[in-house]
Amino acid sequence: MSTLIQIELVKIFRKWRTYIGFIAIAVLVVIIQLSIYLTGERFIDFAIQNIKDTFEMVGNFVNGNLIALLVLQMLYVHIPFLIVLVGGDLLASEATAGTYRILLTRPISRFKLIASKFIAGTIYANLLLAFLMLVSLGGSLLIFGSGELIVIKNKIYIFASDDTPWRFVLAYGFATLSLTVVMTLSFFFSSLVENAIGPIVASMAVIIIFLIISSIDIELLRQLRPYLFVTHMAKWSEFFREPVRIDEVIKSAVILLAHIIALFSLTLFIFKKKDILS
Amino acid sequence: MVKVIEVKSLTKKYKNLTAVDNLELDVYKGDVFGFLGPNGAGKSTTIRMMLSLIKPTKGSIEIFGMPLKKKRYEILSRIGAIVEKPDFYLYLSAYKNLEILGKLSNTNVSRKRIMEILEMVGLEKRHTSKVKTFSHGMKQRLGLAQALLHDPELIILDEPTTGLDPQGIKEIRDLILYLSRDKGKTILLSSHILKEVQIIATRMIIINRGKTIVQGTVDELMNSEKMKVKVEVDDVQKAKSCIELTMWKNNLLSAGSNELEFKLDNHEIAILNKHFVESGIEVHSLVPTRSLEDYFLRITEESEL
Repeated sequence: MSTLIQIELVKIFRKWRTYIGFIAIAVLVVIIQLSIYLTGERFIDFAIQNIKDTFEMVGNFVNGNLIALLVLQMLYVHIPFLIVLVGGDLLASEATAGTYRILLTRPISRFKLIASKFIAGTIYANLLLAFLMLVSLGGSLLIFGSGELIVIKNKIYIFASDDTPWRFVLAYGFATLSLTVVMTLSFFFSSLVENAIGPIVASMAVIIIFLIISSIDIELLRQLRPYLFVTHMAKWSEFFREPVRIDEVIKSAVILLAHIIALFSLTLFIFKKKDILS
Repeated sequence: MVKVIEVKSLTKKYKNLTAVDNLELDVYKGDVFGFLGPNGAGKSTTIRMMLSLIKPTKGSIEIFGMPLKKKRYEILSRIGAIVEKPDFYLYLSAYKNLEILGKLSNTNVSRKRIMEILEMVGLEKRHTSKVKTFSHGMKQRLGLAQALLHDPELIILDEPTTGLDPQGIKEIRDLILYLSRDKGKTILLSSHILKEVQIIATRMIIINRGKTIVQGTVDELMNSEKMKVKVEVDDVQKAKSCIELTMWKNNLLSAGSNELEFKLDNHEIAILNKHFVESGIEVHSLVPTRSLEDYFLRITEESEL
């Protein structure tokens, strides 16, 4: 199995489209960091304009922790689109290229092939996230330094700088689960067709439609929200409130995990029954 | 004789289409088995079922005496195959492609072995080139290399000479003969180039519309019917008069300026020759033309009726 995973990773990382995600993240993060570097104080003033007359705000709020949180808030919706570029390609590209014929005439089981592709895809998704963490958190701390993290939701939370690392680690950990759902969704679509474009477009369409549904404030659609995986994908933000509603986090994690298991099982079922005609 | 492949009542249906219909097929150890049929006859579907790429609707496939359905892993470890056109990971080099496929073959395929195989198919100098830079003929050779990589006992080749130039076709033919005669491999060969099959196959099957039309040794099948024989004589008119009132008249196909063409059995050739000589006609040559192509066309046309 480890050999199969290695082979799949070689295939992923020898394709140029794999690096689109890394390049896009690097460019976006640098743009955000640069923008905040140049206009940071005004940005914070605007954000806290309602409360600055009531409270005296002292300290450096434009710091690495804040930038990392802003990047995570801005990009958690968009990173899935980078994931599907690879996830949607994993199975369909073998069909397009006709390489199933040389793979599946070797003594390997279809389950192992699917599992190794899935694991390799998940590794890619996690590496993308680790890269985001490195450039947004690591890079921002390096450029802007550390400091208290101010989070404005329905309440204002100010976390001491030594209280933020575990929050970021858990938030990124939760995002890993979210992005694995996206990867599994595109992987599932990839098993249905013989062209990589279809799964990529279909996955993006599902995410966009679900995001739109979850943001429209109509009673009927509000009732649908708990059943949409995109609703649970945003639960990483729970780690930036006090107290952390751990039961909510666990519930969302279980729902996301259930999506991963269901989509993977469905993909396996389809692939095991599939006639290789390409 | 040990059966290497035994196919019984093999059927594959796609909704209303029956691609393979109760096919029976036996391949014995050491055979170079020609698998023939017109386009759409069901050859590729049958080969894909033998390699477990497609699931049969009905019937059984036993390879090396084991049922494919239950012993897929063991069976595929001992098979090398080219299925239709050779496709590879175009963004990887020839060597990397073979390295990956070697790792999946359940045997230890060393770097030395990969280079040996690349040398055997004439690609050793291009081993670092990405496959996307290869011509069709080169990919075909690489296809053969991946099939032979793990030294399989049974080699299944579906159109291995497609896209090759005459020299390439000859090299592949020589390689198949070498693998069969010197290495004792069993080879199932599907090809449209009937001349090649006639030269190298020991046994063959012709299928049409998914059904077996004929199956047997090449000699047995080819000798089972009359062949065309060109008889060059000194005087065509005299020869024609000589056979006018004999049974040979029924065997005459055409008459040219200095030769006559007959349809004859093997043993009739000598009798006709004797008849001409005794009638004072000089026979300059007797050339039998037994063509698999003629046989194939006749057999498949008959099966359409």
